[in-house]
Formats: sequence, structure tokens, C-alpha cells
Amino acid sequence: MIGILAAIGRAFLEGLAALGRLVMFAGTALGHMVRPPFYPRLIGRQMIEIGYFSLPVVALTTLFSGMVLALQSYTGFARFSAEGAIATVVVLSMTRELAPVLAGLMVAGRIGAAMAAEIGTMRVTEQIDALTVLSTDPYKYLVVPRLIAGATMLPLLVLIGDILGVFGGYLVAIYKLDFNAAAYLRRTADYLEFMDVVSGLVKASVFGFLVALTGCYHGYNSKGGAQGVGQATTNAVVSASILILVFNYIITELFFAK
Amino acid sequence: MSEPPNPPKIQLNGVRKAFGQKVVLDGIDYTLDEGESLVVIGGSGTGKSVLLKCILGILKPDAGSIRIDGEETVGVRGEEREKHLQKIGMLFQGSALFDSLPVWQNVAFRLIQGQGMERKEAKEIALGKLAQVGLAAPVAELYPAELSGGMQKRVALARAIASEPEIIFFDEPTTGLDPIMADVINDLIVASVRKLGATTISITHDMASARKIATKIAMIHGGRFIWAGDAKDIDRSGNAYVDQFIHGRAEGPIQMAVRRP
Ligand SMILES: Nc1ncnc2c1ncn2[C@@H]1O[C@H](COP(=O)(O)OP(=O)(O)OP(=O)(O)O)[C@@H](O)[C@H]1O
Ligand SMILES: [Mg+2]
Repeated sequence: MIGILAAIGRAFLEGLAALGRLVMFAGTALGHMVRPPFYPRLIGRQMIEIGYFSLPVVALTTLFSGMVLALQSYTGFARFSAEGAIATVVVLSMTRELAPVLAGLMVAGRIGAAMAAEIGTMRVTEQIDALTVLSTDPYKYLVVPRLIAGATMLPLLVLIGDILGVFGGYLVAIYKLDFNAAAYLRRTADYLEFMDVVSGLVKASVFGFLVALTGCYHGYNSKGGAQGVGQATTNAVVSASILILVFNYIITELFFAK
Repeated sequence: MSEPPNPPKIQLNGVRKAFGQKVVLDGIDYTLDEGESLVVIGGSGTGKSVLLKCILGILKPDAGSIRIDGEETVGVRGEEREKHLQKIGMLFQGSALFDSLPVWQNVAFRLIQGQGMERKEAKEIALGKLAQVGLAAPVAELYPAELSGGMQKRVALARAIASEPEIIFFDEPTTGLDPIMADVINDLIVASVRKLGATTISITHDMASARKIATKIAMIHGGRFIWAGDAKDIDRSGNAYVDQFIHGRAEGPIQMAVRRP
């Protein structure tokens, strides 16, 4: 019994320590973000990497989520004759919840992993040491551009995801469930509030930051050869996903809890 | 008491570094004057690369003092540290080229990122340095992964000397090169040192190379410099360890931890 408690306690402390190191890393990076030199070229490159190349996967995920959402809520709501609400259900779930979380998780798998692998490889091949020796701060050169790109590009992706998700719901409602197009669109617009979209975009920005942060952190601190880099990649994706789910709750609470 | 007019370029005092239980450097003392070329020899894993990284500040020594131009570098950060680093060029043992950048941008990296030089001008200089290490212009557009190991080494050398630093570290500059290219590199190191008036520390296992580059030689063993002196005295060091090393004999005071068949 004591043994189990001790193990739980140790794991808990270990987790706290890891969180503390991540927060310190973020603090250092944010400190470097506001001090020159800046690397606009690198920020641009990361924005393309995150924004443009993640577009297909985010588009597909949100489109199909919107479609399945319409179908599910129709069959569910039909039991108490509330089919009319599905337009509202689709648009609210997409903007407030599904688009940011799904895009965040997708980007964590795609971008977070790639960042951890790239920076991890630079660490184990001494390229990060070489940066330092060549008078370039690795935080400014590697970490800051990724954080900026993550925090700015994910909201853009989510905005597109919102639209595609609603469009997916619309397609299913009109062509499969025989809704009236004009009425569906009106119901979509009627109950949607500005805050619904904004909260989703704020989430997206935080998630984008978290994905880039964990990717950079695990890459930066990777040890050993190829195995260490592989470990860093896995850790980056897992911790990004957990943080996204936790922060998703916190931000929802901040926006909507009365 | 006033400072002497010219403090030694690099001064090491009781430099110690351990990784966990394992003591790698156990009190290194050495004074290197301006314009001298020190070659550090010693077996694999004796801490030669670690010593260079301590001087660069990439690793923090557990104890001791490292002075460059008379100024303490251990524990300094920010702009102070930047000032020291700007004087130093380094050729990493594994080359450590940036694989996301083409060769010429690797060579010109400090000129562009560190000194804010125009890309066009920096490229000119980079091409010049590449030519010095025997690499033609088309190579400049390739990426490091597209080069052979020896070519990577030469690019790394060009990068180390590109900003014409006062101090240059060469960590095994000729390992992995054919003997002719190795000699070209040796000549190049000697020439650039003479041209720049640079102070250098080189690490090598290649005694031919050591004899060519060095004005001073030190041998590291068991975490200390067990012998140090002028390069010309290496053959009459009277030190059994040094003799065993320079003649490459398996028998002697240095015992390799291998099982004999
Ligand atoms: N970052 C590190 N963490 C833990 N141990 C390290 C680290 N760097 C070096 N070491 C250990 O320090 C010792 C000295 O390493 P170093 O790279 O300086 O050897 P070396 O003299 O350069 O050898 P070689 O001639 O093979 O390059 C080795 O035993 C190595 O395992
Ligand atoms: Mg070494």
C-alpha cells in the first residue's frame, strides 16, 4: 500500500518537475522573443511549414467532422423531434470545440513531431553548439520563430476549418437529409455569436503555441543518438496532446462559465 | 601591481569537469600565448573535445578558471560571453554543418547572422574560403547531406576560418581525409594561422599533422596534461606515455581496456 502511494507520489513530483522545466523553457523563449535580433525570414518559413502544409489534413478532418456531426445529431435528435437544431449544433460545436481541438491534435502529430525531430537532430549532431559558437542564440534562431508561427498560423487554419466544418454539415443536411438550404443557413447564422468564433480562435492560438513549445522543448533537450531523437518526438506529441486537452477545458471555463 | 601589457591569449587554471561519477578533466593547467599553435594529443575518450567545449562555454567546468585575453570566461553570460565567442572559430569533430542550409550559407553563417553582412558580399567571401579548401563553386549550392565526409570536413574548416577569428579550435581537422588532402589541410591551417596571426588549439591523432601544425604540444591522459612543451621537443620528451603515443605502440604505460585474444 505504502509502496503504491510512494510510486504515485514520485510520479506526481516527477510530472511537476517536468512541467516546471517546460515553463522555464517557455519563459526563456518569451524573453528572447521581445529582444533583437529577429529572424523574419525564418518566421516566414515556419509559417509556410505550419500553415500551408497543414492545410490539407486540417481541411479533411474538419470537413468530415462537420459531416458526421450533422448525421449523428440528426439521427439522435429525431428521437425527440428536434432535427431543426442540427444547424446550430454543427456550427457551435465546430467553432467552439471541434475545429480548434482537432486541428490542434492534427498539427501536434504533424508539426510538433517534425519540430522535435529536427531540433533533436541538431542537438545530437552538435549543430546547436555550432549555432552558439557562431554568435547566434539558438532560442532566437530556432525556438522563437516556431512559437510565433505556431501561435499565429493555427488560428488561421481553424478559421478555415470552421468554414469547412459548417460546409460539411450543410452538405449532409441538404443533399442527404433534404433540409431546405436557405432555412439551414439562416439557422446556422441565427444562433452563432461572435464570441463562439473568437473563443475557438483563442484556443487555436494557445494550442499552436503549445505544440511548437513542446516540439522545441523536447527536441532541444534530447540526448543520445537516433534513439534519443525518437524518444523526443514521441514525448513532444504526447505532451502536446495532453496540454491541448487540459487547456481546452481551462479556456472554455474562462470564456463560458458563468 | 599592474597587469602586464599583453596577458596570455588563453589561460587554463585547474579546469575540472566530471559527468556524474566520471571525472573527465581533473585539473588542467596551461598558458597559451598569442600566435602559438597548441596541438593536444591523447587517446580516444580522454576529454580533448570536452576541453575545447569548456573553453567555448558550451560545457561549464565544475571548477577552475579559463581566461581569454586575461578575462575570466567561466560563468559569464549574455553580451560578455558573446564578446569572447566572437573571437573564436571552431571546427567541430563531427563537422556540425547546418543541414537545412546550402554549403555557402554554412560558411557565411556568422558573417550574415552574426555580423549582418550583405548576403551577396558574404557569398563572395564564402566562395573564396571554399576555394581555399579546394572546393569549387558548384559545391557551394549543395546541401551538407550531399557531400562526402571529407568534403564536409573541409566545409567545416572553411566555416571556422570565414570570419577570420583571433582564436581557432580544430577538433580533428584531418581525420577521415585521404593523406594528400590531409596535408593540404595542414598547410591551409598553417597558412591561415600565419596570415591571421591566430592563436590555435588543435586536436589530432595524426602525428604528421601535429608536427606540421604545432608550435606547442600537450598530451592529455587521466584528465591532466601529463606532458607539455615545444613541438620540437616531442621526440625527446623523456616521457614514456608520450613515446608510446607518438610511436603508436600497443605496449607501454597506457593500457587499452580491450581483451587480448
Ligand atoms: N555531454 C556528455 N555527457 C556525458 N559524458 C560525456 C559528454 N561529453 C563527453 N562525455 C564523456 O567524456 C569523455 C571524453 O569525451 P571527449 O569527447 O572529450 O573525448 P575525446 O578525447 O575528444 O575523444 P576522441 O578522440 O575519440 O574524440 C568520454 O568518456 C565521454 O563519454
Ligand atoms: Mg573528440
